[in-house]
Amino acid sequence: MRESVLELRQVVKDFSGHRAVDHVCLTLERGGFYSLLGPSGCGKTTTLRMIGGFEQPSAGEILLNGVAVNGLKPWQRDVSTVFQSYALFPHLDALRNVEFGLRERGIEDRERRALRALELVQLSDKRDRRPAQLSGGEKQRVALARSLVLEPQLLLLDEPLAALDPGLRKQMRAELKAMQRKTGITFLFVTHDREEALSMSDKLAVMNQGRIEQFGTPQDVYLRPATPFVAGFLGAINWFGKAGVRPESTRVAREMPEGMPCLRAAVESSLFLGNCVHLNAALDGGGRAIAEIPRDSNHFQEGEIVWLHWTPSDEVRFEP
Amino acid sequence: MRKWFLLPARVWMALFFACPLAIVCAYSFLTRGDYGGVEQPWTIESFTRLADPLYLAILWRSIWIAALSTALCALLGFPLALFISRSGRRKNLYLQLVLLPFWTSFLVRTYAWLFILRDTGLVNTVLTGLHLISRPLQLLYNDGAVLLGLVYNFLPFFVLPMYATLERLDPALLEAAADLGARPFATLWRVVIPISAPGFVAGSMLVFIPCLGAYLTPDLLGGGKSVMLGNLIQNQFTTARDWPFGSAASLVLMLASALILSGLMRSRVARELM
Repeated sequence: MRESVLELRQVVKDFSGHRAVDHVCLTLERGGFYSLLGPSGCGKTTTLRMIGGFEQPSAGEILLNGVAVNGLKPWQRDVSTVFQSYALFPHLDALRNVEFGLRERGIEDRERRALRALELVQLSDKRDRRPAQLSGGEKQRVALARSLVLEPQLLLLDEPLAALDPGLRKQMRAELKAMQRKTGITFLFVTHDREEALSMSDKLAVMNQGRIEQFGTPQDVYLRPATPFVAGFLGAINWFGKAGVRPESTRVAREMPEGMPCLRAAVESSLFLGNCVHLNAALDGGGRAIAEIPRDSNHFQEGEIVWLHWTPSDEVRFEP
Repeated sequence: MRKWFLLPARVWMALFFACPLAIVCAYSFLTRGDYGGVEQPWTIESFTRLADPLYLAILWRSIWIAALSTALCALLGFPLALFISRSGRRKNLYLQLVLLPFWTSFLVRTYAWLFILRDTGLVNTVLTGLHLISRPLQLLYNDGAVLLGLVYNFLPFFVLPMYATLERLDPALLEAAADLGARPFATLWRVVIPISAPGFVAGSMLVFIPCLGAYLTPDLLGGGKSVMLGNLIQNQFTTARDWPFGSAASLVLMLASALILSGLMRSRVARELM
């Protein structure tokens, strides 16, 4: 078994009568890319802030490298945070922003290390720029370099991509992942964007109402969700009785198919999305379903009666 | 259309600033009349007299006292502004308290200090009553009393712009500094103070310039012993009846303020952060 870099044991955080984090347990192994995924207000940011030392847990234990760090101040912990707003120091240029932590932690050879970190995020040519003269993506990279240069045990990222425009966000996903592999530093990434979490993580924890509902690989949580919440949060899902089926696993036919589960439905609308077609259908027994079908398949008319069918192995079921 | 919006301000400034300034300029180059007022011929004698060591000493004293008051206001005002900006919902209450002295007039507040500091005043009565001193301390009519009065009166002018700057400081910056290894004092020194430089500049200007020209406070609390430029000017227009010299001193005061102001505005901090 690989060594665990972070361990949360029954961590609780109460804010004046409101329980933000509710008995969270989590173990992260060294060198992985992890995500905390959940809707806003689910406690993921509070959990991250407790690990960073900005909040104290009301109960439970936080262990870094097997040592309890409850009560240690942020400057005493070997973790670093990339803030959502980047929090770059406006009065310092990019290079001096990156050097800040090296200086405070009394590390020698600052300039060379800082330059190397800027190189890693491909910003060597912007070293003299103040944050106000950098674009959103560049600020993001400086913030990343500023934390990475300290070579922390654990890098915490608080929705770092949320403020970027969509194109850049997708590009940064790949870069973040590559950077994590290159540096070998354990990343814990907080996000409410399921695509981000699925595409980047080795393992992700899905949080809801202060609890971790499931911790597993992207395949696990998407294909074998532990709870209805996880199933619904990670993507649209059709409920056919007790079985949940993802829209991309839901097929549509004019004739009743043989030898597989199916339901009769009426086509309500058919939306052309470019790469596929979304077919909205009203089930005979009440309820609605979405089927994501290839765009070159049969064209279905509104009001047409069709059969929705699927393979049993694609079903998502929860034990009662 | 838009340019007409400036008309009232222009008329006001022309009538009450430009015209009086021109008159002061003209007077400073004329000769004194025997009973006040001014007479021909034109001369620069008033300005050459200002170079007299006696008057240079007053100018120097004024600059020194104003600078010291500003420094004390900064020393007292910065922690106070920092405290208020971090007080959450109590902010407004504390700001009201800072502004509370403005509810009474400047004159009354300065007189109040006379009653506190004089030989039979509050401080001396209490100290003698407690037998800590046998005879009253000389608290009034010295530089210390003037400094006290100036700092007391102008402190809010430092606190308010400082507060406005600190209020805008992103709390995430403080967390980022702590995260990167900075203890609270290092964060204060390397993050909070450099970023709030514009507040220091604005607050210092608002305190230094009125202190430089202060007249009432040195007059009441300094007596005749702690004369500043403002008292010199007042004296020339009243007792001494030397209007040209008073005008010349006023111009020098204005020039000194303008120079210091433009110096601060051009300073690196102001340019980069304002």
